[in-house]
Amino acid sequence: MSTMSDTLHAAPLPLDERVPYPALVAGLALLAAALGLASVVIGYVPFDLGAAFGDLLDGRATLTALVLAELRLPRAALGLLVGFSLGLTGAAMQGWLRNPLAEPGLVGVSSAAALGAVIVFYSGLSATLALALPLGGMAGAAAAALLLNVMAARGAGTTTLVIGGIAINSLAGSLTALALNLAPNPYAALEIVFWLMGSLADRGTDQLRLVLPPMLAGWALTLSAARALDALTLGEDTARSLGFDLAALRMRLIAGAALAVGSAVSVTGAVGFVGLVAPHLLRPLVGARPGRLLLVSGLAGASLTLAADIAVRLLPTRPELKLGVVTALIGAPFLIALIWRLRREEA
Amino acid sequence: MRIDATAVSATAGGRGILSGVTLGIEAGRFTGLIGPNGAGKTTLLRILAGLAPPAAGSVTFDGESAARIGRRALARRIAYLAQDGPVHWPLRAEALVMLGRLPHRGTLGGITAADRTAVERALTTTGTLSLRHRIVGTLSGGERLRVLLARTLATEASLLLADEPVAALDPRHQLETMALLRDAARAGTGVVAVLHDLALAARFCDRLILLADGAVRADGPPEAVLTDERLRDSYGIAVHRGAVDGQPFLLPWTALSSASPKDTPPS
Repeated sequence: MSTMSDTLHAAPLPLDERVPYPALVAGLALLAAALGLASVVIGYVPFDLGAAFGDLLDGRATLTALVLAELRLPRAALGLLVGFSLGLTGAAMQGWLRNPLAEPGLVGVSSAAALGAVIVFYSGLSATLALALPLGGMAGAAAAALLLNVMAARGAGTTTLVIGGIAINSLAGSLTALALNLAPNPYAALEIVFWLMGSLADRGTDQLRLVLPPMLAGWALTLSAARALDALTLGEDTARSLGFDLAALRMRLIAGAALAVGSAVSVTGAVGFVGLVAPHLLRPLVGARPGRLLLVSGLAGASLTLAADIAVRLLPTRPELKLGVVTALIGAPFLIALIWRLRREEA
Repeated sequence: MRIDATAVSATAGGRGILSGVTLGIEAGRFTGLIGPNGAGKTTLLRILAGLAPPAAGSVTFDGESAARIGRRALARRIAYLAQDGPVHWPLRAEALVMLGRLPHRGTLGGITAADRTAVERALTTTGTLSLRHRIVGTLSGGERLRVLLARTLATEASLLLADEPVAALDPRHQLETMALLRDAARAGTGVVAVLHDLALAARFCDRLILLADGAVRADGPPEAVLTDERLRDSYGIAVHRGAVDGQPFLLPWTALSSASPKDTPPS
């Protein structure tokens, strides 16, 4: 029914109508895969990828094959998984709390997960049971998400949420500091401090195998909440009137965040701001629909994390910058700009 | 579809909001829920929509409890329009109206032809076709409300419960929306709307329920409910009455000078 005058007066098509959703998903998946490949290729020693794969497939335990199997591949895979977990959970929390500032790191879920992991580290449980570390991370993340939910139930505006995040972050931070203070020797403390900064370096296939199942379970739980998050756009009463059980949704999202972010943090330490930046960049491309934002934010989070992890290896600084430091350096100004804009909109 | 409330009571913060409300809502009628501020209209509407359980009494839907029917099945049968309903993200109007189809969609199923038809019809009925690509935040208050109303129509439920659907509209859109709701009732949908405008309520509704201090004061056709005595006792107002082409109308005219309307001696 488009007439001549329609065409003449039509504004340039908005982003969400220019890029169809399946194309967006495919494009981001390709981007993440390409960055994953780049992460395998780029490193400190010159590396013949073809030869390494050849050796690996033929079962020759050459040095290059070992580097590929034990260092490069796990690092790239973890970057992908952790980034997806953070981006996806960030988008889900934003939809759930209906607040663009909700992010695992900012609202304290990541630091609580880190605290859980540090406690396990300390208690010596991690030495006896490999799964203890991710479990500790998940318990911490779940506790923070529950606490956040209690605050959000009383009508969390942006201010409440940010203050709640500060409270949870500082509580988790001070307890972590307490653990450091009581560290048996300075090396143990230093080890934890470096771990807390967040990094993908020197992680092995063991850790990958350990966190993959809980992460996948967390993703499935979170992605299954897409419709309910769409309905929540219209507030809790209307979402309920559209047939959604909000108590069940809450449990699902808290479990999803705990499984995905808890296990991610327990392996890489705190990698902040990915969950804030990824959904924010993608929101205009999906017409702000919270359900559609989930998958694309996960893919964008994976791409951002991989890109940052490639950057720390390309930067000439020695020792290598920690991944968490780089994401924070990029993310913090982003957050400031976002708050600035939100304040203007609320005014 | 019908809703039956029997001896329903509700409290909030230890204070009684509703006490002993008994009424039935049926399809094919346009019912206006009227009463002064704080009478418990929104609370009653939420209970009728199955959004909140009553503190005492029972609510049944076609004779069954909400728990028995299930939340999703109930969502297909009752559409609810919240008062000042928020829209938290900058959705396009069409995507917002499509949310009304959520009760009909499975966890994974895509948008069907039936969904598109329902949305198209809802946009047409509410006169919001031209707004479909607009972002909700850029709409005027009246446009926004009509898009939200289209969302409830898109559900194609047999009952539509609306909390103050016309309060924020200009006179023209008030008249159009009231006519729209009446037409929906003529077409078979049961419509219950919380209304503050007594003139519109009297003119368009088939039935009025007057609520005051948490109890039903009157329930019946508009002319039987809106008597001078009840308006004085419940609202503390006197009205001016007239007729246009034989159709009676009323206009709130005087606020009666008494702190509590119930203390006014009968004149």
